Amino acid sequence: MTKQEALHIYLLRMGDDSLILGQRLSQLCGHGPILEEDIALTNVALDLIGQATLFLEYSGELAEQPKTNDELAYLRLEKEYVNAILVEQPNGHFGDTILRQFLFDAYRKPLLEKLLDSNDERLAGIAEKSLKETKYHLRHSSEWVIRLGDGTEESHERIQNSLESLLRYAHELFFENEVDKLLIAEGIVPSAESIFPIWEKTLNDVLKEATLTLPKNNWKFQGGREGRHSEHMGYLLAEMQYMQRTYPNMEW
Amino acid sequence: MVNESKIWEHLEDVYDPEVPVLSIVDLGIVRSVRVTNNHVSITITPTYTGCPAMGTIEKDITVKLQEEAITSYEIHTSISPAWTTDWMSERGKIKLKDYGIAPPQDEVDKSVLFGDPLVVPCPKCDSSDTKLVSQFGSTACKAHYQCKKCREPFDYFKCLR
Repeated sequence: MTKQEALHIYLLRMGDDSLILGQRLSQLCGHGPILEEDIALTNVALDLIGQATLFLEYSGELAEQPKTNDELAYLRLEKEYVNAILVEQPNGHFGDTILRQFLFDAYRKPLLEKLLDSNDERLAGIAEKSLKETKYHLRHSSEWVIRLGDGTEESHERIQNSLESLLRYAHELFFENEVDKLLIAEGIVPSAESIFPIWEKTLNDVLKEATLTLPKNNWKFQGGREGRHSEHMGYLLAEMQYMQRTYPNMEW
Repeated sequence: MVNESKIWEHLEDVYDPEVPVLSIVDLGIVRSVRVTNNHVSITITPTYTGCPAMGTIEKDITVKLQEEAITSYEIHTSISPAWTTDWMSERGKIKLKDYGIAPPQDEVDKSVLFGDPLVVPCPKCDSSDTKLVSQFGSTACKAHYQCKKCREPFDYFKCLR
């Protein structure tokens, strides 16, 4: 594997995480539990889709046969998407949406911070731009985890259940294979090892404040990074790709 | 003859479509203007990655240049260095406040988590007794506040650094 191939795949993962989570959050447009949250979640969706555009554009340029970001976003098959399974999970109730977001934001922020030092200038530039937005996302999601966890008996129980069902997908965010090994050696990306303790600390700090407890079971699901997705992914793609599949090359 | 300062003046007449009281120069999104052999090259930067106004802004610049009979030009977008509210002009901040949007406060980039709540004075009555309603407001760059003194809800242009 060459450096270029590895970077193409790495950027695809970053782009797909942003794109699929952005798509999930977009589904809440007009369906938020309160007006402010409807607006907040779609603002986060907009940021994530903006970030996806930058990552996928760069990834597409490095592909063996160059592709545009739209081609990558709308015209791949399910097994060609390499987002983590976490981000494709359904919105569920508000606690599920917020907890999924929190697990992701707490990982994405330190990752972007480390990417500022990347030897790849363009990637560092995208990280710099995205980080400013992600700080707001993490503040928003962690405040809600605390408010729901330390809220009423019912909100506490419901978000505790969200944690039980979603945590198993979070470990995949720290997946590494030969792509990462090559890029870490080149000083282009940080190791999962360097991000994990920061993620874990944020998780523990916020859960403590939220009076929530880490689930005892330690199930770990993965596969998304290698194109094996959960049953929810196909439905998401069917909706997301509908326009491009029906009217190829359409533009707004 | 086209010269750079003339182009900057023209760009003062191009307004941000989402905050129509600010010119794109006040907002700090015009990063550079170069003129070589009558060819104009302008670089702009988005406020947020997903800013939906970038296309419109580029079109508005084109229209303005054409009005000024400038035919040879190109417009680039660059994301690095990333836009910050520090690039907003002082005049821009005054215009924002007069328009009813609280300008970005000089926030220290303290811990993202558990930070002290920021005091944003009400743009209408200047009271500091205001509360955050939502971290995310009508556009990506704004948060939603309410004044507890005059009860007026208002937008706050978030500090981005």
